[in-house]
Parts: sequence; structure tokens; C-alpha cells
Amino acid sequence: MKRSALLAVAFALAALTAGSAFAQTTVTIATVNNPDMQVMQELSTRFEAENPDVDLEWLVLDEGTLRSRVTTDAATGSASFDIVTVGAYDTPLWGANDWLLSIEQLAEQYPGAAEGYDFADLLPAIRDGLSYQGVLFAVPFYGESSFTMYNRRILDEAGLTMPDAPTWEEVAEIACAVHDPANGITGIALRGKPGWGDNMAPITTVVNTFGGQWFDAEGVPQIDSPEWHAAISFYADLVQRCGPAGVTGVSFPEALALMSQGRAAIWVDATVAAGFLAGSPAGPDIDHALAPVGPVAKGNQWLWSWNLGIPSTSDAAEAAFRFLMWATSKDYIELVAEEKGWAAVPPGTRISTYQRPEYLAAAPFAEMVLGAIQAADPLDATAEPQVAPGVQFVQIPEFQGIGADVAQVVAEILAGDTDVASGLQRAQRIAAEAMQDAGYY
Amino acid sequence: MSMQASVPAPGRRIGEGRRFLSAPALIYLILVTQIPFAMTIWFAFTNWNLLRPASAGFIGWDSMFRNFARILQNPDFYTVLFNTLYLTIAVAVLTFAFGMAFALLLDRPFPGRAIARTLLISPFLMMPVASSVVWKNLLLEPSFGLSAWVFRSLGLTSVYLVQEAPMLSIIGIVSWQWTPFVMLILLAGLQSLPDDVVEAAQLDGAGPIAQFRYVTLPHLRRFIEIAMLLEVIFILNIFGHIFVVTSGGPGIQTTNLPYQIFLEAFSRWNIGRASTYGIFAIILANLVIIAFLQVLRRKREEETA
Repeated sequence: MKRSALLAVAFALAALTAGSAFAQTTVTIATVNNPDMQVMQELSTRFEAENPDVDLEWLVLDEGTLRSRVTTDAATGSASFDIVTVGAYDTPLWGANDWLLSIEQLAEQYPGAAEGYDFADLLPAIRDGLSYQGVLFAVPFYGESSFTMYNRRILDEAGLTMPDAPTWEEVAEIACAVHDPANGITGIALRGKPGWGDNMAPITTVVNTFGGQWFDAEGVPQIDSPEWHAAISFYADLVQRCGPAGVTGVSFPEALALMSQGRAAIWVDATVAAGFLAGSPAGPDIDHALAPVGPVAKGNQWLWSWNLGIPSTSDAAEAAFRFLMWATSKDYIELVAEEKGWAAVPPGTRISTYQRPEYLAAAPFAEMVLGAIQAADPLDATAEPQVAPGVQFVQIPEFQGIGADVAQVVAEILAGDTDVASGLQRAQRIAAEAMQDAGYY
Repeated sequence: MSMQASVPAPGRRIGEGRRFLSAPALIYLILVTQIPFAMTIWFAFTNWNLLRPASAGFIGWDSMFRNFARILQNPDFYTVLFNTLYLTIAVAVLTFAFGMAFALLLDRPFPGRAIARTLLISPFLMMPVASSVVWKNLLLEPSFGLSAWVFRSLGLTSVYLVQEAPMLSIIGIVSWQWTPFVMLILLAGLQSLPDDVVEAAQLDGAGPIAQFRYVTLPHLRRFIEIAMLLEVIFILNIFGHIFVVTSGGPGIQTTNLPYQIFLEAFSRWNIGRASTYGIFAIILANLVIIAFLQVLRRKREEETA
């Protein structure tokens, strides 16, 4: 009896000392709740097994909540997170504010973690978008561009073919020819739900390729220009005549639902959609073309990425960096392929992914996606120079507010509540006020 | 209203030194209410965009005037103001009507009264976000929700009420949550109604309606005032329901002032503008409460006259 009690105490002591000799570093990660990130969280137990000294804690939020949470956190200097998920729009702005640690410096400081990472393998278009004044502030987790997806069966039945590089005129013609709401077929699914990341993403690409732009080189808004007028008139006319009912409620998920059930003939949206569509009922009928162009052949394909960065307030930068390198490495992509199949690997980050025959076989649209990402140029997306880079957004802090307000006006136009001219005049006034208040001119 | 006069005035006979006993509470209150308020006013003098830390500096009257002018010139502001008042008044009226009805019913003895009372109180005990999720995703869901079943049972096609009538949905959900609050206070009032007064009224030949009008209502006046005042203060600040159910949409159809402040600060990063909206919210709350008290006072004067 006595002996066993002594033994128990001895064991307890041993356990205690072992525990203290093995200090755990907690790394808190804030990320967005989309499928690729959920896979990352699931597979992160592998990382913890390989790095027993690191304990990962997750905060998974929807895009809007995540953005407001991590931004207020950074702006107020509170150190809640060791790794944050930041979008392509936010990363350089954060870098400019010194809110993120430089990735290159971390790689120099902790060469062990960066070993075999191969920075040169990151897609240059994506990588450049995450730099501010040549300094890389985050590593991409997945990237996307935009292109045209269409239901070949519906087009075939109407005896129509989609060119590989269509113009908006051609797309509109085909869409309206197959538009048949009586039989539940929508000519074209396009976003109309107000939001700078919702309707304004595709609409900005249309504006770009119609020769318009948000601002000039000084930051003076150009929204009441003839080019905007032409682009918005075109878009509004297209969705009103040949688009889904209740277009101001349609964003990515709604359009995806229409398309995957074969109830929409054409859809111009994010390239990641192709992966979701491939597994849908309409999957076998879906084919792909480049994003449509208008009179000006640029700015028609957008560029977006979700990225991981380390806030400068982190007190576990070393452990966080180790996870960052793990989660965006080639090995991680192999791991996802092994566990979930090649179609599920995070796309749009590494050249090597697109050299794998297994991936090209699982994702027949991959080459077109790669081409779109490489062709998208945030530094040259508009006919005339613009105040800051960006294809479907403009990389200035004020854009989020202006974009949200203008998106609201555009939604009114799409719903037919406001005419194009007076709507754009109002949008111009809103944007001009905001830019003047911010001191651009 | 001689009840108050008969209560000895507090503090008179107690030593002056003991007043310091309330100091910690007072200091705490100042810390947690007045400092944020002062900060709000300070931020209204700035042009701070959260993504531009350098813009956090004090600018002065120019910035303050501009923040005010921009808001007053913005047609959306008036929609938001209207939404705020509409929501508050509609909820106040609905919760008063239902709260009074339930309180009167619960004031009568019947088997299972305790259970009925607990059940009726439960909506108020739910967290706003939780009840909003239940309403949005279980009760009003258009394909498998309770509302879909009701519509189908009536032989109608199911509609998504949150989309078809967003403001009415919010009003309904908030009223559902706040009815028990009014009911509880009125029930406490009803139960404090002396039996002899009721008996006297009955002996005088007053029917149920006359009893309610001339005995119960005057007795309940104080309770109604308290319930309505507290409720109006809380409903002006409703946020969670809107955030979960409609996110202020479609458009700005269900955006009230608190939600507008949230959007300004956390989706546009415009702290200066958000703080200015905050000042408007404070002014509005005070105006509503002053108007409310004024109406009540006039009514009381009319009655005593």
C-alpha cells in the first residue's frame, strides 16, 4: 500500500518535470472559413506531430468578420494572433503600416524553417502582389484569377460555340440566345449583390476592359466617365435581359448553385469555381474560356489570393514561421494530394503544382487558370495609369469604404431603381468626397 | 402619488462621511462610461482610417464639421434614422400589447401557471444571437423551416420572410424576445394591486373593462413607464439580431444607427466618421428619452388637473 503510494508520487513528479522540460509554444492562427483552409486545419495535426513543441490554436471566421477582427487587432497593436490570413488587397497595406514581419528577414533569421521552401517557385504575379516596396510580407496559401465557365450542352443544343477568348459582345449574344427562363435556364450568371468583393469584383473587370477606371493617377475618381457609363449600361442590360432573377441577391455561392445544377449557361467568375463545378451534377458539361474582353484588352482577369503572414506583435514568430513554411510548402501540396486527391490541392500559388501531370489530369482547366493568373497584371490593369495597383480593387485604404458605397449604387442600377447616369453621378460624388477627405487632392 | 413623499428622504440623517462609500462605484462608472464617451468625441475630430495609422492625429474643428456635414448630406443617413425609430416604436408598441395581454392572463390563477410563466419568460433569457440564428435558420427558413410548414399547411407557396419583409422580420424577432421583459414588469405591477381596491370597484358595479380602465391601468402607470423607458433605451441599440438575420440589408433596409456605426468602423475603417455617428446616436437616444418623459409628465399633469 505504502509502496504503491510512493510509486504514484514518483510517477507524478517525473511527469511534472518532463512537462516543464518540454515548454510548449502556442501559435494562434486566424483564418477564413473556406474549404482549403478547413483542410489546412485538419492536416495541421501532422505539423503538431512533427513539431511537438508547438501547440496550434485556431480562430476560424467568415471573410468579413475575419477582416474586421484581424485589422482592428493590428491597428490597435494588440497581440492576439501569431499568424493571420490576409487577402491580396490588404497585405501590401499592412506591410506599409509595418503590421507584418518581412518574410525574407524571417527566412534569414530562421534558415532551418525555410529550407527547401523554394521562393522562386511561387507564382510571380501572386508573389509581387504580396510585396510592399519589394519586401515580401506574406506567403500565398491559394490564388485565383477569373475566367468564363459555360455549359457546353446548353450551347450545343442551340448550335452555338464559345470562342476560347471571347469578347463581352459575343458572350452577351450567346447568353441571350440561350436565355430561357420559362424552362429554368438563365443565359448568364453574374454577381449583383452589393459589396466591393461581391458585385464590384466582376464589374470592375468589365469597367477596366471598357476603358474605364476607378481613379486617375492622382486619385481623382473617374466614375462618371463615358467608359463607366458604357460598362455599367452593358452589364445592367445583360443581367436584366439574360441574367438570373433577383440579380442583386446573387453572388458567388448563388451563381455557383445555378451553374452546378445546369440552370445557367454561362458564368464569369473566380477560377476556383472550376474546381467546385467539376464535382457538381453539371460538371461533365462545363467548359472554360478566358475572361471576356471589351474594347480595351486588359484588366479583364482579376487576381486574388489568400495569404498567411505573421503580425509584428507576435511573440512566437519562430514557431509561427515554421508553420507558415510548412503550410505553403510543396510538401504540403503533396500531403493534400495524398489525403484528399489532386483536385483538392490549393491552386494558384506554385509553378510546380502546374507541372505535375497528376494535377493537370485531375484539373483539366489548370493550364487556363495558370495562364489567367500569369496574364493578370495589377500594375497595368487600366487604360490610363491609376493611383494604386489592383485589378478588381484599388489598393488604397479608402477603397473598401468607397467600394462598398458604389456597390450599393450599382446594385440599385442593376435592380432598375436608378438610371445609369444619375447613379454614376452619385457614385462619383461619394467617391470624390471620400478621396478629398483623405487628402488625395 | 403620495407614496414617494411618505418615504424618508435618504441620506439626510446618515453621516456625511459615508457618502465616500459610493465613490468606488462612481469612479468605476466614470471610467467605463465617460472615458469612452470622451474618446468618441475626440475621434470625431479626426479623420482616422484604421488602415492608415498616420491619419489618427487630431485635426480639429474642420474635421469635426466635415464629419457632421458629410453625414447630414448623406441621404442614407435619414433612411437609417427612420429605420432606427421605426424599429424602436414598432417593437415598443407590439411588446406593450403582447406583454400586457400575457401579464393579465398570467395574473389569473390557473393550473400550470408556473410552467406557463417560465415558458413565456424563456425568450428573454436567450442570447440575441442564438435566438436570431434559431429564427433565421429554423423557424423562417423557406424550404424546411416552421414557416414553410405553416405556409404549406395553409395551401400557400412558401416565402422567405427575411427576404420578402426584412424589417417586419426583425421587428417580429425583437418583439418576441422583448415581450417577456414588459410582461414581467407588468405582472409584478398587477400582483401588487391591492385586492381591496378591486373588491371595492366590483362592489361599485364596475365591469371588467371599467375595472381595467379606472383601477388597473392607473395603478400600472409607473410600471408601464419603467418598462417602456428601459425597453426603448435597449431597442435603440439593437445590433445582434440585425447582424445575424439581415446584415442590415437588403441594401440598407434594416440598417439602424448602431449597425451603421459598426459598418462605418469595421467595414470602412472610418473611425472618425463612425465616432460622429456615435455622437448622433447619443443625441438621438437623449431626444427620444426626453420626449418620452415629457409625454408621460404631461399625461400625469392632465390627470391630476
